[in-house]
Amino acid sequence: MTVLLTITILILTGVAIWQITKIFELSQMGLKKDDSQIANEKDNDLNGKLMFAFLVFIYVVTIYCFWAYTKVLLPESASEHGEKYDTLLWVSFAIILFAQTLTQAVLHYFAFKYRGINNRKAYFFTHNNQLELVWTVIPAIIFFVLIIYGMVTWGQIMNFSEDDENDLVIELYAQQWNWKARYGGDDNVLGDANVRFLNDFDGKNSVGIDSSDPNGMDDFVVTQEFHLPVNRKVIFKMRSQDVLHSAYMPHFRAQMNCVPGMITEFSFTPTITTEEMRQNSDVVAKVNRINKIRYDKSQDLISKGEETLDPYQFDYLLLCAKICGTSHYNMQMKIVVESEKDYNKWKAQQQTFSEIIQ
Amino acid sequence: MSAATNISNSDHDDHHDHHKETFITKYIFSQDHKMIAKQYLIVGVLFMGFIGVAMSLLFRLQLAWPEQSFAVFDIFLGDWAPEGVMDPNIYLALVTIHGTIMVFFVLTAGLSGTFSNLLIPLQIGARDMASGLLNMISFWLFFLSSMIMLASLFVEAGPAAAGWTIYPPLSALPQAQPGSGMGMTLWLISMAIFVASSLLGSLNYIVTVVNLRTKGMSMFRLPLTIWAFFVTAIIGVISFPVLLSAALLLIMDRSFGTSFFLSDIFVQGEVLHYQGGSPVLFEHLFWFLGHPEVYIVLLPALGITSEIIATNSRKPIFGYRAMVASILAIAFLSTVVWGHHMFISGMNPFLGSVFTFTTLLIAIPSAVKSFNYITTLWKGNLQFNPAMLFSIGLVSTFITGGLTGIILGDSTLDINIHDTYFVVAHFHLVMGISALYGLFAGVYHWFPKLFGKMMNKNLGYIHFWVTAIAAYGVFFPMHFIGMAGLPRRYYTNTAFPYFDDLANINVVITVFALLAGAAQLVFLYNFISSMFFGKKAEINPWKSTTLEWTSPVDHIHGNWHGEIPHVHRWPYDYSKPGHEIDFVPQTTPIGVNEVETEH
Repeated sequence: MTVLLTITILILTGVAIWQITKIFELSQMGLKKDDSQIANEKDNDLNGKLMFAFLVFIYVVTIYCFWAYTKVLLPESASEHGEKYDTLLWVSFAIILFAQTLTQAVLHYFAFKYRGINNRKAYFFTHNNQLELVWTVIPAIIFFVLIIYGMVTWGQIMNFSEDDENDLVIELYAQQWNWKARYGGDDNVLGDANVRFLNDFDGKNSVGIDSSDPNGMDDFVVTQEFHLPVNRKVIFKMRSQDVLHSAYMPHFRAQMNCVPGMITEFSFTPTITTEEMRQNSDVVAKVNRINKIRYDKSQDLISKGEETLDPYQFDYLLLCAKICGTSHYNMQMKIVVESEKDYNKWKAQQQTFSEIIQ
Repeated sequence: MSAATNISNSDHDDHHDHHKETFITKYIFSQDHKMIAKQYLIVGVLFMGFIGVAMSLLFRLQLAWPEQSFAVFDIFLGDWAPEGVMDPNIYLALVTIHGTIMVFFVLTAGLSGTFSNLLIPLQIGARDMASGLLNMISFWLFFLSSMIMLASLFVEAGPAAAGWTIYPPLSALPQAQPGSGMGMTLWLISMAIFVASSLLGSLNYIVTVVNLRTKGMSMFRLPLTIWAFFVTAIIGVISFPVLLSAALLLIMDRSFGTSFFLSDIFVQGEVLHYQGGSPVLFEHLFWFLGHPEVYIVLLPALGITSEIIATNSRKPIFGYRAMVASILAIAFLSTVVWGHHMFISGMNPFLGSVFTFTTLLIAIPSAVKSFNYITTLWKGNLQFNPAMLFSIGLVSTFITGGLTGIILGDSTLDINIHDTYFVVAHFHLVMGISALYGLFAGVYHWFPKLFGKMMNKNLGYIHFWVTAIAAYGVFFPMHFIGMAGLPRRYYTNTAFPYFDDLANINVVITVFALLAGAAQLVFLYNFISSMFFGKKAEINPWKSTTLEWTSPVDHIHGNWHGEIPHVHRWPYDYSKPGHEIDFVPQTTPIGVNEVETEH
């Protein structure tokens, strides 16, 4: 039945298109009959004007998107390097928006202005070396500035030192389809680990810690959420046990792939606690919007006799950004940034590796 | 060389007079470049393109209305959509095959296969390709590879679903994903055959352009289309073999237990034996093709646009030599930027700086090209044929999409938008939509040459304007959901309440996507009906200067009756002062008092 319906709709669409063409042809009947299918003066005039209208359309879409969608963007960065990231992003955006506005304007305006008229001859203009030099050199200068600016920032973010013992070392461990985080424990040193040890201790060795390495005995592994003390540098070591994953922490402007067979690294210093971020005006507005949507949806669900959605509360997220199979879309872990005191309290509750395997 | 060429050409000419064609040699196993071009157009662009676009509409429905039941899923996906709700694995499979088909089958084979085949011999003044046999084999290998790719859709566990980049270990381990079993095997076999087809095609294009140019056709008298196809073929020959090697090594890992890309893997409760390989190696090999591939897709579209903008502006293309230099610069740079896909892959951060540098350099020749197009329009007498609209549309999306490349190409900024929808929006505009516009422009412009008929211009106008509006409607908002932190290839974003306020943007995008899809039906209708019932074309409908418009409307084997035309000038003498008409064909000798255009 549905197939029949689909076919009928397709046929009707075909007929509709055919009729629209007829209308177009009829509208041109009063004039001299022209079925050459080559653009005539009238076509040039109409499409030239539409080109100008399209410029307006592009501007309207741009302005509308910035007006309506800026509020869905990420809130202020919750990490130290994130501020540099955001500055570079908005500098780059300013440049490309300027270039976009200008070039689209010129392109569409010329298309409108020089729409064809019969018996006008175009201006014969093959090249102009000076002009071409200008628009090679100006972008080159702008890009060189951006390149150097970007490279310096990149160096600052990626070339972090690992010498300071005060830095917190955490392993982010990815598997299909969840995250685990391992802390170095009291010695803040991660014990050696390998997937070969995963089946040891009846599967209790959930990230494959090498039990012959004394550094690993005080390590502890958490699931669902991991905690970070505010204003203390964290060095992340990423591992994956099966396929590629990508540890993406958008609120901290942080991402690094997790690659089976190697350990990758990233580092940042969280600067805003979860509680503080929940007070941030952008976040408050976003949470209110989301809860409105969830409330409306819940009303629908109630009428269908289904379970309602829980109200949402903001939390920092760790997501997977590299395609990794069936539940790629639902590989999440909560990140809690809190004071050193709360962090230590939380840490004291965790079971170490040696306690688990006993 | 030219003497030898002429002799072989006239031999060929004599030969074809005695040659009797059957239905099979004329329409199926044809060695005539014009017929092969039509075969590529119909199989590569129309047929594969239809499937690729339809797939994108299916998963756009799922993204806008997640986990809802649709009758259309029930019909097309069957068991993969229990009760009409799309399964997450098949979502990933659709995304994968959509990417594969659009990038390789439509925009590589379809675009180059159609226009390189049609235009190289006709625009350089050759009887046919250097080797008609290789050309035919190239098409049939492409056909075989298309059929294998489509056959993979009927495998019980589903087709390949590891993304079009098929990164191992996901693509290597059937335990990690259902699509990585037979589906991935067929994907790899199909692509291996595809690479063979592409190489045969490219070698043929290169040899033809180098050896078979007619008398007077120096390299700097070539139309920019030919320059673009020529350089594209060179990049293809350099980079496609690397994909082949990556595919072969992956087949070894999958089937023969080697460890090129795999190490320390534990999946489904079992430690696998692989030791010492690295998925990052695969990423390097893949993107060594993958990035030049962007330009393999884009350069032919830019070449087509150069030709159409000049013809329809009734003006020489501005800065011919700068355009050629830009094509060469882009081609060279395209082979040294692949690492910008891997800034956060775990490769040494120092390399990130190097690749940022080379990547942003590409922006310079790209900017030059854009400015040159705009200047070509200046003081022109623009003829808005549908092809011209699509060409201007290309310049517009090339700028919009290209500019966000400045953000993605910067290793620092890539950190937080890598693998989000920002990337999807960027590359769809700059290479997807732009290349498709180039393709459409080419079809509208050379339809009279391909089929001897005119396409309906009013349907062309509807097609362009609806597509143009829909394309911005789809991809402009998409940047924002990417910058909001939503990763790509998510079956649904409902698992994260944090993304709940993006749901309505997804609906907007899908509505525009459906509109764009509907506009393509207009094109399909126009194409098919014009092919059969279109108005018969004149020999040179667009008043163009290039050689293809001197060959007869009805295709003949060997392209020209009698002698091959000789060339006396560059291809862009439009509105040249001192001439009555506003175009001077390349075959017109330089007049007594005329000075050859310096360009």
